[in-house]
Parts: sequence; C-alpha cells; structure tokens
Amino acid sequence: MLHSFTIHRAAALLRAGEISATELTAAVLDRIYAVDNAVKAYLTLLPEVALAQAAAADAAIAAARAAGTLADLPILTGIPLAIKDVITVAGVRTTCGSKILESYIAPYQAAVVDRLAAAGAVILGKTNTDEFAMGSSTENSAYFTTHNPWNLDRVPGGSSGGSAAAVCADECLAALGSDTGGSVRQPAALCGVVGIKPTYGRVSRYGLVAYASSLDQIGPLAKDVTDAAILLGAVAGYDPRDSTSVDLPVPDYVGVRDQGAGDRGLHGLRIGVPREYFAPGMQAEVEGAVRAAVELMAELGAEVREVSLPHTDLALPVYYIIAPAEASANLARYDGIRYGLSAPADSLWEGYRRTRGQGFGAEVKRRIMLGTYALSAGYYDAYYLKAQQVRTLIKQDFELALQDVDVIACPTSPTTAFRIGEKVDDPLSMYLSDVFTLSLNLAGICGMSMPCGFDAAGLPIGLQLIAGAFAEATILRAAFAYEQATAWHKQKPAPG
Amino acid sequence: MSLTIAEVEHIAELAKLGLTDAEKALYREQLSAILDYAATLQAVDTSAIPPTATGLPLRNVMREDAVRPSMPREDVLANAPDASEGYFRVRAVFESGD
Repeated sequence: MLHSFTIHRAAALLRAGEISATELTAAVLDRIYAVDNAVKAYLTLLPEVALAQAAAADAAIAAARAAGTLADLPILTGIPLAIKDVITVAGVRTTCGSKILESYIAPYQAAVVDRLAAAGAVILGKTNTDEFAMGSSTENSAYFTTHNPWNLDRVPGGSSGGSAAAVCADECLAALGSDTGGSVRQPAALCGVVGIKPTYGRVSRYGLVAYASSLDQIGPLAKDVTDAAILLGAVAGYDPRDSTSVDLPVPDYVGVRDQGAGDRGLHGLRIGVPREYFAPGMQAEVEGAVRAAVELMAELGAEVREVSLPHTDLALPVYYIIAPAEASANLARYDGIRYGLSAPADSLWEGYRRTRGQGFGAEVKRRIMLGTYALSAGYYDAYYLKAQQVRTLIKQDFELALQDVDVIACPTSPTTAFRIGEKVDDPLSMYLSDVFTLSLNLAGICGMSMPCGFDAAGLPIGLQLIAGAFAEATILRAAFAYEQATAWHKQKPAPG
Repeated sequence: MSLTIAEVEHIAELAKLGLTDAEKALYREQLSAILDYAATLQAVDTSAIPPTATGLPLRNVMREDAVRPSMPREDVLANAPDASEGYFRVRAVFESGD
C-alpha cells in the first residue's frame, strides 16, 4: 500500500508522523521483492544503504519536529527513489547496461545524486538501461530486458526503461533517467508515467556517463505531474563541474500548479499542434488520444492553432549522424587500462581491439562504427558537418513556431509499447520509435510526456508537451491543468 | 550506397573494435542501410546555413586557474585492471627493436 504513494502524499504523511521513512522504504523494498522477478527493472539493489538512509531521514524528521522546523525540511527527505544505471552513485557499481563496466565501482558521485542526498532522499538502487543509453526498449541491455508492467510481453521503452517500469510498477516513488533522443519521454509514454526532458544545461551532467554530450540531459520519471515537478526542482540548477550547466535561477515548479488553482484554466496559453507530427503510419489510437487531449486543453481555455515544423523528417537522419559521432568519441575512453573489462592480449593495440570487441554489445558497436565513419577523413563534410547544418534548420523550426505559441502538443511516440523482440533485428525500425522526441534534443529545448489514454490492448498512450529553452514551468502549467481534468495517471497495472 | 568489407574493416580499425567475420558482414549491410537513410540530408541546400554544435548559446566557459583537491590516487586506481606502485600498468607501446 505505502509503495503506491506519490512523493507529495508520502511527504505529507511523513511530516504528520503517520508513517516513517523506514516503513516506507521497507514497503517499497517488499514491493520490489514481490514484482521485480517479473518486471526486471533493477540492475543493482541497495537495501542496506536504503534502510540506513531511511533511518537517517527518520532522525532528521524527528529532530525537525522537535525544533518546530518541519516546514524547512526538504520535501524529498525519506523518499525512496531509483537511479538509472548511467548515473554514478559513489561506491556503487555503475554498469551503464554494459559488460565493459560489469565490475566498475564509481569512485565519484553525480551532481544530481549529491543533490538528492543533501535533500535526505533514499536511494533504492540502479535501474536497467539499454547499453550506454543507446536504444528504445532496454533490449540492448547486456544483462536482461525489462518488461512493461502493463503487459509483460511488451517493452517498457528505453533507454530509461528500468526507471519508467520501476515507477509504473510502484517499485520506487520516482526515478531519474537520462534523455539523449527521447530516453526519458518515450519510456514514460510506453509505461504511462510522467517524464521530463529538461532544457540542455538545466541539470548538471556531472556524473552522467556520456553518450552524446551535446544532447544528453538527466530528467525525472514520476507517478504524476506534481512529483515530476518536485524531482525536477530538486536536481536542477547550476553546477560548475559541468561547463554546459547554465547559471539561471530554478523556478518553483510545484508552485506553478497552485498558480492555476483558481480557475484551473489555461486561459491565455497558446498551444500549437504540429501538422508534421501526425504522419501516416502512426497508430490511429495514439493520434485519437492526443487530439482528444488537445481538445480538452482548448475546453480548459487554451487557444489551439496548427503550427508547422517543416524539417521534422530530417531530425532522425541528423540525430543518427550526430549522436553516433559524439558517442564514438566519448566511448574511446573504454580502453581496458584505467577501468572496466580488459581482455588479455600480447600487444597494446590487440588489447584495445579485443577489450572493445568483447565488451561492447551490437548496438554500441553499430553506433561507434557509424560515428567513426561520419567523422573519418573524406566523409566529415558530407555527413557530420551536413548534419550540424540541418540541426540549425531544426532548431530554427522550433524557434519560429514558438514565437506564435507557448507550448507544442503532439504524440510522444508513434505507437504504444511494442512486443519484446519485434524490432531487435531492424535498427532503423527501432530508431523510428523516437521520431517525435529526438528533435527536441537537437534543438536543446525542453519537453515532457504524460499519460493521455489507453489503446484497445490496454497499453498507455503518451502526450508530449514541448516548450522553448528554460520554459519548463510553461509546459508544467499545461500539464497540471490537463492532469487535474483527467484521471489517466490514477490507473495502475497489476504486474507479476 | 554499399560499403565494402574492406571499408568496414577500416572503420573498425579506426575505432579499435575487434569484429568477427559475421559482425563485419552484418555491419556492412546495416551501416549501408543507415547511411542510405542519412543520405536524404544531401538533398537539403545548406550552403548559407551555419552548423549547430549545441543547443545553447554558450561558448568558452572560463574558471579561475586555482589549485583544487583532486581524487585520491588509490580511488583512481581502484578500478584499474592492472596497477603497480601507484601507476596504471600497460602493455608496451613500442615493441622491442622499434
């Protein structure tokens, strides 16, 4: 029962003395023991660490109550969370879903985990991911595939599929993921939870193992919009250890909900519907649910108009040049010398070849090969430079559209959760699962996915809301109003 | 376009990836298909378009050149497959006689 709580409900009960952090953490651990054999969300569980953190949180709550300072206590005190296994927790194994880091113990801690620890949060464990966050289903994890709690034969989406499934199955109260081309939003959509891809620079990447550095961003996955806003506010902010972190004040994201509480309306908000995002080939039920969501937002007072993002078709080929190019450079560090797998060999060069050949999985090798080709002599201008130029056009599309509207609404993914195994042998078909999400990463702007319905098979459908750089509060305003007018987020699966 | 096996081997060598013959054949086919797809970019006129390397308007970010504590050596070496006397041990870069 306690495991099904949201952050905001648990935080209120902790402060009221009705539950303890230890009871809450123990209940979530019991939930994990009950369902994770079927869901397989976690790569590493930290029950002793979590219970010790929960005991510390209970002591902090008791001290604050005695001192009359409960109101100053960080809202995440005693809240059990999960962390995607591409984000380091000091002293804990960080595999990135790869055999090459199977025994790697992180000697340093991600900035976001520092912030969670300072807020008194409880870390339950590390969640499954496609290897080095490259994938859309967790099937590229070198360890196992996570199952969608709504239907165990389906993928949870990816690459943050472990985090999304853990939130969905109540195996944590909320989780962190990372989003390079849709890796928070697409699994959030496929699991029916809320996921935010913050603006590039909003959240420190220090301690996020790099995949494509100009696109990567850490974001929250949560059971409702309030929890997503709480977690975003907790991890956002300037960090000098990430030179691309931006020194802008962090708004009160949860306060956005209460600002609109008077009329619960969206009066004055302009919502754009991009005609290019309703392409042939998408699941009819997804289009229907997203269009119904937009109609509801219009009834809530939003002004809805059609917008155009004319270079949408080019986002996928641009992404699959730029992301692999950056990955091929970032993953050069796995050389078998300083950490990770090291295959025996007679020479230095043969050691590199064997270590990397044995340690990386098929998709990682495919992207390293693709990126190396795009950056190699004679092909750089035709592929990498060309992709960067078209990236400018994609960015300009959003800048132009967002002059006329405040928020863009569209599907998160063209389909609901697909079957495990359905796309593993066809990389291009798998890549198309992210066709509506990756353009935001190229533009550097923010977006989120939230539940907006179910298909005939009972699988959740995701609504994507997009806004300009550092306009997270604007999308949250639309999200709060939509959520308050619907009940999709209250539906739960019964996995295992 | 269709890559040759020799091109696949050249890219793998640049990336220091040891591939099996089966992997070479598979990547030849898959990379060719993905590059064909990426070729749709060639039809876009970008002659007057500057490249975008990042979504942010950030350029160089400077900090004070001050001495700060760094990670302890034993922590750095804790994950090393092979370490000796406070150093990473590596195979010889130059073969004897080079």
